[in-house]
Amino acid sequence: MNLHEYQARTLLRAAGVPMPDGDVATTPEEVEAIARRLGGPVVVKAQVHAGGRGKAGGVKLAKDPAEALGVARKILGMTIKGLVVQKVLVVPAVEIASESYAGLIMDRESQRPVFMVSAAGGVDIEEVAATSPEKIARLPVDPRYGLFPHQALGLALAVYHDFAQARAAAAILQQLYAAFSANGASLAEINPLVTTPGGAVLALDAKIVVDDNELDRRPDLAALRDESAEAPSEVAARRAGLTFIKLEGNVGCVVNGAGLAMATMDLVKYYGGEPANFLDIGGSSNPEKVVDALRIITADPGVKAILFNIFGGITRTDDVANGIVAATAQFKVDLPIVIRLTGTNEDQAFRILQSAGMRALSDMDEAVKQAVALTRGAA
Amino acid sequence: MSVFVNRDTRLVVQGITGRDGSFHARQMIAYGTRIVAGVTPGKGGQSFDTVVPIFHTVGEAIRKTGANTSVIYVPPALAAGAIAEAADAGIQLIVCITEGIPVLDLARVMPFVQEKGSRLLGPNCPGLITPGVTKVGIIPGPICSPGRVGLVSRSGTLTYEVVNHLTRYGIGQSTCVGIGGDPIIGTSFIDVLRAFQDDPGTDAIVILGEIGGTDEQKAAAFVKQMVRKPVVGFIAGQTAPKGRRMGHAGAIISGSAGTAEEKIHAFESAGIAVMRRPVDVVELVRSQGVGSRK
Repeated sequence: MNLHEYQARTLLRAAGVPMPDGDVATTPEEVEAIARRLGGPVVVKAQVHAGGRGKAGGVKLAKDPAEALGVARKILGMTIKGLVVQKVLVVPAVEIASESYAGLIMDRESQRPVFMVSAAGGVDIEEVAATSPEKIARLPVDPRYGLFPHQALGLALAVYHDFAQARAAAAILQQLYAAFSANGASLAEINPLVTTPGGAVLALDAKIVVDDNELDRRPDLAALRDESAEAPSEVAARRAGLTFIKLEGNVGCVVNGAGLAMATMDLVKYYGGEPANFLDIGGSSNPEKVVDALRIITADPGVKAILFNIFGGITRTDDVANGIVAATAQFKVDLPIVIRLTGTNEDQAFRILQSAGMRALSDMDEAVKQAVALTRGAA
Repeated sequence: MSVFVNRDTRLVVQGITGRDGSFHARQMIAYGTRIVAGVTPGKGGQSFDTVVPIFHTVGEAIRKTGANTSVIYVPPALAAGAIAEAADAGIQLIVCITEGIPVLDLARVMPFVQEKGSRLLGPNCPGLITPGVTKVGIIPGPICSPGRVGLVSRSGTLTYEVVNHLTRYGIGQSTCVGIGGDPIIGTSFIDVLRAFQDDPGTDAIVILGEIGGTDEQKAAAFVKQMVRKPVVGFIAGQTAPKGRRMGHAGAIISGSAGTAEEKIHAFESAGIAVMRRPVDVVELVRSQGVGSRK
């Protein structure tokens, strides 16, 4: 789960990372008031889950509260990569002497959190990693012990030649690690980490991605989710305990298991169709989940046919069949449904569907071909 | 022959009295798996279905029953602790079925597991099965059949789909291994490929990968250098959008890395025959001269 910058700032500041004061606002008037309180020039920053905010015009400098009001009127409500800006962060403008990068990601290869620091700050670090990897100092951290002080200092000295600045940066790296670890992050970064003309080291931007698996035991973090930034269908799916990702095609897919769900989408494409979504009903076999899944898929006006692909293992196919029958009794499904069921209790499942006037297939390729053909008929 | 599990597998089920643990313990017993113990703290001294003794701890279970393999069905918040307990007690193979374990928990427990010399399979995996001999985990027994094709996969139900095709066309399996869909897992494709290469009971290998990470690319490099048996592969997620987690926590294209195209290319460059559809597994395995009816 991505956090907004203002949320990430709160977590980093709680860990002690020095950042300029600032506040979040939803109206231009609030922005003006914050600018007045901060005094001096401010930066107004759009809070959306999209990279390249600056280039899109979502980050603006304002020299006084009046100008901040005008800037906020432009930024609030603007659309960046399809997302409407509903909140802005207002922070004092800081004079910058140098910009560097400090980030921590959960690395699959080393199976550890890995620090990356670079004197090339303020730019896209993935680009730096691709074009000049020698500019990035990397250090895997053993999560049993955390980041030792000498490791933090070593990393900081790779970027800062002034010892006082290196020591200040080392403290920030330890605080960044603490925030990463305490909040179950899969990514935490400060970009840029700046020095001021006076020699202070400050974090000017913050990004944190929280591991989704952390959210069940951390309601405080789960509460940070911004549902307004998500497709409504995805919000509904998550509440129903389904994994759903909306796509642009017209074959609605209901599948059990992530790998089979991806393979089903790929097969739709193979036979000339376009999947409308990824949907994994999971391993359990609660008929209610099937009802929810059908409700979410039928709400998408782009869907022309619905394809069930269920390989019963833990999932009992008779439960899925009951769910399909229950859903069609609860609300009218105007779309053609192609059902492929095989595995646990498939005989019962076929009987349940048959007595409701529906039929099922047992072959995946056959079902996908039929579903794709039906979208053509409907087009 | 087989990899990782065989007739000597003596299984302890951690979380045997839970909803999933009890259901699958019964399935495994019905398949012929030798379950020698269950563990549920607080229920030591009781028995499961009157036949399997339950202990408070894994250590006690090993001392009393000689268990050497464990399978974990405990909730996500407790699962990393259960893995550590099994490793500490000296279990050789720990199979963790649990999905949704916080990744940091796993990063903390992995070095401990390695120090103890245990092998972790998973988490978030369906386990493994040596058809006709034993199964540890949740792979449905009836879709598998004994034979000489080794299968390794990141996913559960996609494995079932492919195994089902093999079995239907008379191509049996030596062992089917699910390594799991999480970003940090205990056993990699390479570990399983090496085991299949060394297993005299395996003639050909099927590898089912998906988007996200670089495990498939590394597997391809390993196949090119070290594997002398025919390999057939599949990559799921060609239609997956970038930057979205496709159900499995590990199935995410980050930036432009970890795409299906990249992985298919790596497979092909290593001489792996790539299936376009799950059903293609039958033709491709047969075209390697393996699995034709006798």
